Amino acid sequence: MSLVEITGLTVAFDGVRVLHGIDLTIGKGEAVGLVGESGCGKSVTWLAALGLLPQKARIGGRVMMEGADLLTMPRSEIEKVRGARIAMIFQDPSSALNPIIRVGRQIEEAIALHRGLTGASVRAEAKRLLDLVGIPDASRRLDNYPHEFSGGQNQRVMIAMALAGNPDLLVADEPTTALDATIQAQILDLIVRLRNETGLALVFISHDLGAVSQVCERACVMYAGRIIESGPTAELFRQPRHPYTNGLFEALPRLDGPRRRFVPIEGTVPDPRHMPAGCAFSPRCRSARENCHHTQPALATLSGTRQIACLHPLSDSPASERQRDFAVA
Amino acid sequence: MLRFLALRVARACITVALVVTFAFIVLRLSGDPALIILSPDSPPEAIAAFRKSWGLDDPIWQQYLRYFLAIIRGDLGVSMRDGQSAIMLVAERIPATLQLTIPALLIKIGLGIPAGIYAALHRNSAIDRIVMIGAIVGFTMPSFVLGLLLVLIFAVILGWFPSGGQDTWMHAILPVLTLGVGGAAILARFTRSAMLEVLGQPYIRTASAKGVPWARVVRGHAFPNASIPVVTIVGFMVGSLFAGAVVVESLFAWPGVGRLLVSSVANRDLAVVQCILLLVSITMVVSNLTVDILYGYLDPRLRTGGHT
Amino acid sequence: MSADIITAQGLVKDYASRRGMFAPPTTVRAVDGVSLSVERASTLGIVGESGSGKSTTGRLLLGIEPSSKGSISFDGRPIPAAGTSEWRRLRARMQLIYQDPLAALDRRLTIADQVREPLDVHNIGDAAERRERVHELLAAVGLRPDHGRSYPHELSGGQRQRAVLARALASRPEFLVCDEPVSALDVSIQAQVVNLLTDLQERFSIAMLFISHDLKVVRNISDRVAVMYLGRIVEEGSSEDIFREPLHPYTQALVSSVPQPGTPLKERIILQGEPPNPANRPSGCAFHPRCRFATARCRSETPALKQTTDDRSVACHLVAVSTAQPSLEGVV
Repeated sequence: MSLVEITGLTVAFDGVRVLHGIDLTIGKGEAVGLVGESGCGKSVTWLAALGLLPQKARIGGRVMMEGADLLTMPRSEIEKVRGARIAMIFQDPSSALNPIIRVGRQIEEAIALHRGLTGASVRAEAKRLLDLVGIPDASRRLDNYPHEFSGGQNQRVMIAMALAGNPDLLVADEPTTALDATIQAQILDLIVRLRNETGLALVFISHDLGAVSQVCERACVMYAGRIIESGPTAELFRQPRHPYTNGLFEALPRLDGPRRRFVPIEGTVPDPRHMPAGCAFSPRCRSARENCHHTQPALATLSGTRQIACLHPLSDSPASERQRDFAVA
Repeated sequence: MLRFLALRVARACITVALVVTFAFIVLRLSGDPALIILSPDSPPEAIAAFRKSWGLDDPIWQQYLRYFLAIIRGDLGVSMRDGQSAIMLVAERIPATLQLTIPALLIKIGLGIPAGIYAALHRNSAIDRIVMIGAIVGFTMPSFVLGLLLVLIFAVILGWFPSGGQDTWMHAILPVLTLGVGGAAILARFTRSAMLEVLGQPYIRTASAKGVPWARVVRGHAFPNASIPVVTIVGFMVGSLFAGAVVVESLFAWPGVGRLLVSSVANRDLAVVQCILLLVSITMVVSNLTVDILYGYLDPRLRTGGHT
Repeated sequence: MSADIITAQGLVKDYASRRGMFAPPTTVRAVDGVSLSVERASTLGIVGESGSGKSTTGRLLLGIEPSSKGSISFDGRPIPAAGTSEWRRLRARMQLIYQDPLAALDRRLTIADQVREPLDVHNIGDAAERRERVHELLAAVGLRPDHGRSYPHELSGGQRQRAVLARALASRPEFLVCDEPVSALDVSIQAQVVNLLTDLQERFSIAMLFISHDLKVVRNISDRVAVMYLGRIVEEGSSEDIFREPLHPYTQALVSSVPQPGTPLKERIILQGEPPNPANRPSGCAFHPRCRFATARCRSETPALKQTTDDRSVACHLVAVSTAQPSLEGVV
């Protein structure tokens, strides 16, 4: 059963398109990763869906949830979706919380908005949520301000706040990027645990392929405002078929095996104002052929649950090294 | 907190002492009070007698010491001109000045802050542009130009309000407007930029993302943060309640503290000038202190102190 | 000629800090007795979390900040006092590259002008030679001559970091401190810049101190690695050894915390608690509050960094000294 269905989502700022038609369906309770480098549109997709982009953004397409289109809803309606049906957490937790309001009040605000609780029960619920996300001494900590928490704790507070409205979907936008390694692991662990406990669907936006593979069943790789490959995480990562996805894996240094030279993707991400003709990745692509430079490939089903937007996908011969690793997983 | 207050009060006292000293130096350097008050044509004996009776013959450091100690005792001396107590002279002018500055302050806050918020929320709209143009005009136009302009339009051409004096409340309208409009423009500009800065912060997006209605995001999340820099400006305006009307009072022949200051300076009436300067510096210092304390209330990050 | 280009002994850095606006100042020890050496033309990686003192260590080595205690020698001789002309000459031989290239560049000058600046400052060559050298340097870091004529904001993040690198290389340094040089870059660009760094290192025989929180990058670029925790080195060894078989419980957790495609989350060691605050140092081993194996001894006695094998040192009471086999293996 699908929870949210995005079709043909486009976003333009000042006449410059940054999102070129995203089709993406999130099933109930499903965890989907959105992977890509900065500027690929992975965050913009969800900010657009929730109406959180600045007013100058021109948005097209549809974002359907239970028969209603979030993009055409009046503001009062979309405000009832935010936090209650779809909650979102962000990259830098310390600046994502209001610095002059006690964290308890920030959590309570969300509870009061979406749960119709009042008085002491709001407070009790806030404490329960803070306990749930693993903040010790929760009842006392409710009275602290964000600057009195560490970065990791602030991200826990953000998660507690996101859970306050009992949402069906949590959109986590680079939730661990700004945190230290050992704290990243804690937050990933918390997100996975909460998902298991509450059955909440998850969209995990990250440039970290490793983190996505640990949290999500399905992943979409984005490049220059398009989804260029998607499929079950294990399959996709074992055998990427799009040259860009493959390039991302090759570029990723490894913690095991012999130390080796890095394998970069040459060139840079295209400027949205000057997109190359044809496939946006073609100028950097080692397998590009003549038609790649003038034909825009559409996202099409490759086999079963895998989709790819490439005129010349890589063959499905085993990508030796990675396959070995996934055999373990 | 007590230590903080003590520190701030000590600093405030030093500031006041510096202002008083500065006043003494400037006034002494700029002319001989005996010659100005008695006129240079007076007989030399009269001048000598005047100097003797006011202690102007003593070495300058003795005069300064005497002056300073007297101030500490709360004795601000008598006007050299008519022998009245300086404090009384000044105190009697205060209500007239407040009649202008308090309504002007209300205009500044009541007009400037809402206009700034509105402009920020409707960035690049027609109203935003009008507010910004108004702010630039109000910011750059000296108050005597604005005052003259208002007099020209409303007193001379339209004849709606009188151009000077203090007889009825109608007389207060033009000076209050002159004072208030410029300040409102400044405040609108500051409020707008503070709001724009805050509206771009990630926590505003967070508040929206958790479903808080936009009006409540602005009221409950954005404005309290934006008010922190705005408070500084308002504090400065409160600090100039007693003395911010020097030009306007002179222009509209309004018998307030500012006009007294102008005439006393012209006359080298030291005691009165010193008394006014003391009043100005104390109000300034007190309002600064209040702003500092208010900061701590508005911004919890300042309460627990700076982390390194 | 010694094998090491730079050697530091017992470096300590104290900062005065106030915990509140009204509290009396206290001393915070950011670096607590760090000894290390970097071999010529090789790379020592330093990893650690925020507050570990890794960046401070780099700045101490360059003399950008004076150390509170300890000694540093460069090329076999003690570093002269900061500010002297001798020191300035020496500083031309060691350079710093840090995370944000836009902040490191002057936005009002063209890239070529900025690359030439160190040549002017250190009075290297005449005008024609300097022009030639700037050309060479830009080419060496993979920038075209037209990049040289542009301003920093006209370049991409990766290109800016290349420009910073060209400028750092202008004075022919023998030692580079790279503080999170690729952390702000996307994966595909990160790989380009790291490769460039290693190529240049090889070509010009430069030694590097590579500071990063990204273990994957550090492992692949470094010959040796030092792991820092709260101002101290807790483990040091060859890059292969450290990552294949971390001995210190903190290193184990750190290595395990890196999300690897294909490693399930549940098999990872997830440390509880936060990285500690240098202003509030735990007694004994600084890591003991987060350590799964901590004993009473760990709470009271600070372990020294001791050699376990010829090539490896660990600061942990639970790791047996001078054995090739780590004693923790049984426990884990």
